[in-house]
Amino acid sequence: MMEPEALATMPHAISTQGLYLDGVTVAFDGFRALNNLSLIVEPGELRAVIGPNGAGKTTMMDCITGKTRPGSGIVKFGDRDLTRMDEASIANLGVGRKFQKPTVFDALTVFENLELALKAPRNPIACIRWVLRGEARARIEKTMQEIGLTARAHDLAGLLSHGQKQWLEIGMLLMQDPQLLLVDEPVAGMTDHETEQTAALLTGIAGERSVVVVEHDLEFVKALNSRVTVLHEGSVLSEGSITHVQNDPRVVEVYLGR
Amino acid sequence: MMTRRIVLLVAVLLLALLPVLNALPSSNPLHVSDFLVSIIGKWICYAILALALDLAWGYAGILSLGHGAFFALGGYAIGMHLMRLIGPRGVYGHPVLPDFMVFLGYRELPWFWLGFDWFPFAFLMALVVPGLLALVVGYLAFRSRITGVYLSIITQALTYALMLAFFRNDMGFGGNNGFTDFKELLGLPLNSGTTRAILFYAALVSLVVVFLLCSALTRTKYGRVLTAIRDAESRVRFLGYSVTQHKLFVFVLSAMIAGLAGALYVPLVGIINPGEFSPGNSIEAVVWVAFGGRGTLVGAVLGAFSVNALKTWLTSVAPDLWLIALGCLFVAVPLLLPKGLVGLVRRRKGKA
Repeated sequence: MMEPEALATMPHAISTQGLYLDGVTVAFDGFRALNNLSLIVEPGELRAVIGPNGAGKTTMMDCITGKTRPGSGIVKFGDRDLTRMDEASIANLGVGRKFQKPTVFDALTVFENLELALKAPRNPIACIRWVLRGEARARIEKTMQEIGLTARAHDLAGLLSHGQKQWLEIGMLLMQDPQLLLVDEPVAGMTDHETEQTAALLTGIAGERSVVVVEHDLEFVKALNSRVTVLHEGSVLSEGSITHVQNDPRVVEVYLGR
Repeated sequence: MMTRRIVLLVAVLLLALLPVLNALPSSNPLHVSDFLVSIIGKWICYAILALALDLAWGYAGILSLGHGAFFALGGYAIGMHLMRLIGPRGVYGHPVLPDFMVFLGYRELPWFWLGFDWFPFAFLMALVVPGLLALVVGYLAFRSRITGVYLSIITQALTYALMLAFFRNDMGFGGNNGFTDFKELLGLPLNSGTTRAILFYAALVSLVVVFLLCSALTRTKYGRVLTAIRDAESRVRFLGYSVTQHKLFVFVLSAMIAGLAGALYVPLVGIINPGEFSPGNSIEAVVWVAFGGRGTLVGAVLGAFSVNALKTWLTSVAPDLWLIALGCLFVAVPLLLPKGLVGLVRRRKGKA
């Protein structure tokens, strides 16, 4: 295993690597959460993944981020085999993940949360000797502006509203300068206005980086205006533009028409 | 912030005054007894142990129920040095071997006793041995992602296993009786008042240094990483931090501080035996930190002093009640004082 900090200091060329899943199968006690799933996300692409509960959306993210090892199949990011790496190494490779339930560090301020996420050597000694310099401060401030939390910089993250926590978490992903962002249900529990802002935020991020969004909210998926992959029972049911999948009779049957 | 510093400074100065008042003639109304100085010296060592535990538990969420083991190992290292210094003054008058070895029929010093006649080596071992043990146990536990109550049970088992091992005569550490009857340290006779004052000051200075060190450490980004690990370990992993590495670092550092506390404690009390490894000691240390307020350094020190003051008072007026009181504290603190004494003070201030 490569040292995480060695990876962290490696410069990333922006968006030259795509995500490649082929024949991925994950079984829990005989139940196939993923069944021969194949998916390609191009560099810089924004992709929405939808599907009913239990379709395997979260398991798919677990496989990409190293939380779950697939029983068989290929998971590659660029030319790196993700099935052989642990969570920290994958994160340092440039794969960032936003969880369904926002997990920010409640006991730290907004600024400190972003500072922890900022790409920098990650070992204990480096963290002890870490001094916040102008450049890093400027990056944190820029991100706070992007996610609209500048005014809350020195408030504890635990005091933020649900929507603000989601943004803070997206901000923390951006601080890691990822090439691929996995975003799990970003707008769950958000107001309409917040949902619009989040769609704009994510479309702005894609291009420079690949973004995979898992979502239930179809209005939000329409606003993303991207390719859509529909999962069902652990494999791809349909793929294409939102109009295409909405008119696909199989999709209508299992998901939209319920 | 300012007033807090002044309060702490005054507290340290008051403690520093104790040996001076002790030196006054006993007719003087300001005179304090030998008993009080020696017992407060002990509490200072306990406070250092509490800081060590708080660093691991209060900041990084590693609830160790075996910190007494690191404390005892530090104590044993210095105890070995003190035994070597007795030399021919032992009961059997052997020039090299401590009494218990002569009694058990040892012909020569076991290899692991070599070097302990030299103080710097013994002092180094008081830090290195607990550190190494923490490194091995921590590596195995953290790598396998053993957390929470499972980790607590493992650390508790560790100190219990060490207690049983040290009780055995053939371990070469004096078995049941441990080490005692020390004569001198660094050329100073241990029974003199001046030496006791020096040991008291050594402990007090160490407490201040460890406190400042912990306080500086927790204010770095590393301290914030620890807090983050405590609150959401897997999230930290997804940020690209090696949680194993960070936990291991704080666990080893904490064990070394506990070893230092033990090393300061043994010359002050003049005895070390396997009872120091008893699981109850480690649990008491957890109660100090919880009662004072975990996650705050002042809380850890305050807890060590206040719970031990209660223990000293109770064991003199009603010895049978102490264990019951300890049990009650164990139950009552999480219910009534989740943030300890410090939390109580903060809440009062917030209301006022």
